[in-house]
Amino acid sequence: MQWGSPSEFWAMGGYGLYVWTSFGATALCMVWEVLAVWRRQAAAAVERRDVA
Amino acid sequence: MSFMGINWFKYSSPQAFHPLAGKMIPWFSAAALALIGVGLYIGFFVAPTDFQQGDAYRIIFVHVPAAWMSMFLYVIMAAWAGIGLGLNARPSFMMAQAIAPTGALFTFLALLTGSMWGKPTWGAWWVWDARLTSELILLFQYIGIISLRASIDDLRRADRASAVFALVGVVNVPIIYFSVRWWNTLHQGASVSMTASPKMAATMVTAMLVMTLGFWMYSFAVTLARVRCVIAERERQLSWGKNASIQQVAEAR
Repeated sequence: MQWGSPSEFWAMGGYGLYVWTSFGATALCMVWEVLAVWRRQAAAAVERRDVA
Repeated sequence: MSFMGINWFKYSSPQAFHPLAGKMIPWFSAAALALIGVGLYIGFFVAPTDFQQGDAYRIIFVHVPAAWMSMFLYVIMAAWAGIGLGLNARPSFMMAQAIAPTGALFTFLALLTGSMWGKPTWGAWWVWDARLTSELILLFQYIGIISLRASIDDLRRADRASAVFALVGVVNVPIIYFSVRWWNTLHQGASVSMTASPKMAATMVTAMLVMTLGFWMYSFAVTLARVRCVIAERERQLSWGKNASIQQVAEAR
């Protein structure tokens, strides 16, 4: 491991902004997609019960 | 067709596939979480700092898996579309429909993380380089396929039209992949290929491959969950029969 301290880790050798934006955006998009599918599924489930 | 004691054709019917997909989702989700966790750990704590690019190179651990998934998912979507057209199989079209949004998302992420990497290493967020441009076209293809489907009311025509679009567009995938060889691009060449040994440290390659596997598992989980939604939504439309109002159809889509 090459990080001496947590602040060194977050700084990413001066590239922190780019690295964390990349990883953060990826995480956000994935979480958003999961939530969107979840909501769609809940809506579909409610409608199935309505029809039945 | 029976193989390993399972009648596989049974699952080509949406009614049988719906619960099967439901059973598989938790497994794929757990595998995705575990693999992405391990991949991030190796990527941030085991892999060393690059001697040329410093720590900016760590973007590779999301950039390359996202870019690979954008191409893999397109090919898989086009394959389902082709099977759907050839066999006139509804579930295949549903799979193609379920894959498109995830593919579009990964294409967007590949472009976004790429510009985050381009700025510190090239000094530009974006260049009209063959690799970047063809990947941007892939994003437009995904958006085109999704909106073409949404613009056609008749489900069967929507299925077929978007399938044809997906199939024709598959030519762009080899163009993206080989663009760094065919043209003189600013984008670097392949760091990992089938024919040569990787041009990176073993721990870097490991982190990248583990992250890619994690993204695969994520894609399986999320597209299976979405195909369940599609099955349920279409079933609902069928249950209305011919009396469905335009309002109802519009809301369901």
